[in-house]
Amino acid sequence: MPVVELSYSRLQKLIGRSSKKQISDSLPFLGLDIESEDKDLVRIEYSPNRPDYSTDFGIALGMQGLLGIKTGAVRLKIKRSRKYSINVKPDVARIRPFVTGIVAKDGKIDDKIIKQLVAMQEDLHFGIGRKRKKSSIGIHDLDQISFPLTYSTTSKNHKFIPLNSDKILSISQILQSTDVGKDYGGILANSPKMPIITDSENEIVSFPPIINAAVTTVTPKTKNLFVEVTGISKADAEDMLSVVATILQSAGFSLEDVKISGSKNSAPKLESRKMSVSPILVNQILGLDLSRSKIISCLKKSRLDASQKGKDILCMIPPYRFDIFGPMDLVEEVALGYGIQNLEPALRPSQTIGQTSPISQSLKYLSHVMVGLGYLEALNSSLTSRRVLHEMANRKPSKTISVRDSKSQEHTILRDSILPGLLENLSRNIHKSYPQKMFETGSVFSEGNPVEEKTSFSAISAHQDANFTEIKSILQSALKTGFGLDIRTKTASHGTFEDGRCAYVLIGNKTIGIIGEINSQIIENYKIRVPVIGFEISLSDSILKSV
Amino acid sequence: MSQVFHDIEKKIISSLKDNPKQSSESLERSTGLSADQVRRGIEWLKLKDLAIVNESQASLVSLGKNGLESIQKGLPERQLLNLLKDGQKKLSYLQKELGPVFGPAMGLARKNNWIKSDSDFVSLGNEPAEIPAEKIILQIGDQHIHKEKIDSSELSALLRRPDFVVEEIVKTREISLSDTAKSLEMSDSTGAIDVEAKVPQVFVARTHPLKDTIDEIREIFVTLGFSEIIGDMAQSSFWNFDALFTPQDHPARELQDTFYLDGISARKVATPQQIRNVSDSHKRNWRYQWDINEARKMVLRTHTTCVTIKHLAETKPDEARVFSLGRVFRNEKVSYKHLVEFNQIEGVVVGKDVSLRDLMGIQREFYKRIGITKIKFWPTFFPYTEPSLQTMVYNERLGKWVELFGMGIFRPEVTRPLGITKPVLAWGGGIERIAMLKYGLDDVREFYNNDLGWLRSASKCQ
Repeated sequence: MPVVELSYSRLQKLIGRSSKKQISDSLPFLGLDIESEDKDLVRIEYSPNRPDYSTDFGIALGMQGLLGIKTGAVRLKIKRSRKYSINVKPDVARIRPFVTGIVAKDGKIDDKIIKQLVAMQEDLHFGIGRKRKKSSIGIHDLDQISFPLTYSTTSKNHKFIPLNSDKILSISQILQSTDVGKDYGGILANSPKMPIITDSENEIVSFPPIINAAVTTVTPKTKNLFVEVTGISKADAEDMLSVVATILQSAGFSLEDVKISGSKNSAPKLESRKMSVSPILVNQILGLDLSRSKIISCLKKSRLDASQKGKDILCMIPPYRFDIFGPMDLVEEVALGYGIQNLEPALRPSQTIGQTSPISQSLKYLSHVMVGLGYLEALNSSLTSRRVLHEMANRKPSKTISVRDSKSQEHTILRDSILPGLLENLSRNIHKSYPQKMFETGSVFSEGNPVEEKTSFSAISAHQDANFTEIKSILQSALKTGFGLDIRTKTASHGTFEDGRCAYVLIGNKTIGIIGEINSQIIENYKIRVPVIGFEISLSDSILKSV
Repeated sequence: MSQVFHDIEKKIISSLKDNPKQSSESLERSTGLSADQVRRGIEWLKLKDLAIVNESQASLVSLGKNGLESIQKGLPERQLLNLLKDGQKKLSYLQKELGPVFGPAMGLARKNNWIKSDSDFVSLGNEPAEIPAEKIILQIGDQHIHKEKIDSSELSALLRRPDFVVEEIVKTREISLSDTAKSLEMSDSTGAIDVEAKVPQVFVARTHPLKDTIDEIREIFVTLGFSEIIGDMAQSSFWNFDALFTPQDHPARELQDTFYLDGISARKVATPQQIRNVSDSHKRNWRYQWDINEARKMVLRTHTTCVTIKHLAETKPDEARVFSLGRVFRNEKVSYKHLVEFNQIEGVVVGKDVSLRDLMGIQREFYKRIGITKIKFWPTFFPYTEPSLQTMVYNERLGKWVELFGMGIFRPEVTRPLGITKPVLAWGGGIERIAMLKYGLDDVREFYNNDLGWLRSASKCQ
């Protein structure tokens, strides 16, 4: 979950008529988790579906609604000035086909606002921009740019001074030597032509989605902003633009439109959507009995516009709320406006009779049998390492399944056997008193169609007098008591076990596992100083369901 | 106060009262107990501060092979003197009679002037009344005797001779009663034992503490009318993500968060209609090119919700209460609060008129039954539920609210493509977190360390 750092005093100013306590108590009910607080500073976790909450301006809008200070939808006021335009050339179609933009004037910019804008930009890039792949933003100092602009492509030899640099670099150099170039250059793949926004004097303004030109850098002296968004779909680019436009308007800027033309591009609409919701659905889902007017007021508190239309309620959804897919999302908006703390839990008597799965049931029974035989239950991860599973246990890998890019070296492969893990457990307990007796039941995996998952049951015993007879007695007794099954053993050879002290376990004529005295070399490698015996058998569903 | 003693202890104490300083062997003789009984009795008395054991080393001497022979035949020098009693003898005769001891016997006798000899004959000189070595041999006899009890200068001479006297160093234990023991009165009630004494520790065999919590939770949901369903841990991305409305380019689907099985894809993930409907829902709502090959990729399930949604898609019930419980996986760095593999419970209620408040009610009842009464609900976000809430419970030990189960109502974008027409209330969450509260653990890794120290002793704190 993304995190934003805010100041209570700034929030109070933005929200109006509110105390710090009121704000901190209400944040969770907007869906914002307080991660940490330090006097005036508060760090907040917000959901990735609400990028408007990436700035204090956006959170203030939400909070005003919840506290009833300002309700209803925020309307974008965009002046149709026709002074600004971007012309799109067809050669961008194959790389990054869409551009859109807006102008924001006469705002007050300080370091704090720049910090909020940068945080918003990063969140939009990461979240709905999918790491700039789907869409990305450039924010520029309007007064350094001479319109009209052109969105087209250029060669990798084209040079300009990129943001945060004082050197003139070619596009190739930017892709190879700057952090952003290395991180996001992959989006442009191996295209020979690079997307570029140039102004009327042919100066580079932006090299999307990588970096802006240094000349348009926003500083505390900047008064007017130009925002461009490029992307692979028009709708995605406009969604992103709507968040930026809403936030900039809330930050005190006046918006002016940018005309977009050429190659399937057109000016952004940034219009509200209409969506109806039935009060019956609202009341059924929430388990309430709210009147239409109450539902409307709840929706307004969630900063939507709503009115009665026939039996239904018609909502006007501002463009930045693209997280709303359908009426069920409006039900949630009603719940938030109503206040989750005001929803009283209700418990209805169940009409159904519950039942444990027969497999859990018999595994639980088997656990109790093993405990009765003096064995302690162990639990190991299904994900383990080749070292434990194969090398230390002297087993040959076969059909084992690896996972990709594990962050932990101890968890790279799915176990196809439980016993090696139990042996490793013994090695961690060599200073604990003996006898040590442990068992485990769980899933084991092998490649199949596409993956075979089986339930396996293994036990080990380690003490001075441990021998084959003891472990066979234990298995015999466990399966007889647990499942009414009689076992047979038949001479076998297996790397984990000592030759001449190892046998297959059979039920009827079917081999279900292996049993024996553990190979002394393994015991020595694990620095265990007593003999170890053990078994592992596969518990088929038919065995487990037989009880 | 009289104290209760074991029979063995009584016998040892009374023997030591008669004879205050004894060795273990002498106690064996005086009490008639076996060596092992005496050893145990002394240990018990020592632990109760009733017996004092002084361990010391002693040199014991006993006769060797030649010494034992000398008892019968006399020392070689005595044999020589005896042969000379009736007059002088020829050297060759003596050599024949004495055999291998002729040399040493002649040497010793000559040195002490007990004999006189010329080139051919030997005769008696100053015959000694007593040979000191003889006295020592007789004194030792068939015993092991403390070296100090024997005249040391003569003994050391004898020790230098081959295999007459053997010296060995032994450890001896001298047992005596402590002052408390001396004034003890012994209870004479027969068969009584010391019921106040410490006993050795034994360890129970038991089911795993985490399994106990899992069973407890399973039991609670069964009593609330839920039936358990189980499913595979390896799932196709289709059921783990796509069916749950998680777009294919969503960050949660990336390698760094999810374990993908290396090189393994499912050939058949769902029915053609399910695939078509889910794909349409993604294209329409998320506006991207849905790719069946992404959906085929096998993952280790990141939640048990995939099991429930598959079950609902297969059965399309009008009413149901089911839950699934099992391991789930996240590709995270292992730490005191994160595991790559943990247990999750996930439950659903399907019904035509079920509501968010019912869902909250089931949660409240569940927490009440595991002993948590201080709870509240906060809104949150999940890709596949709307509305979505999370339960916050108050952790007394940490003094703060912590997040437990998440919940919500399955989005129509999830249910409709799969032909599920009634609202589905769903919730779920990690079980280790609850078990940590129960066992007072701060490090979740403890559950999977299989440290016998912990497994043998862990007890619930709540």
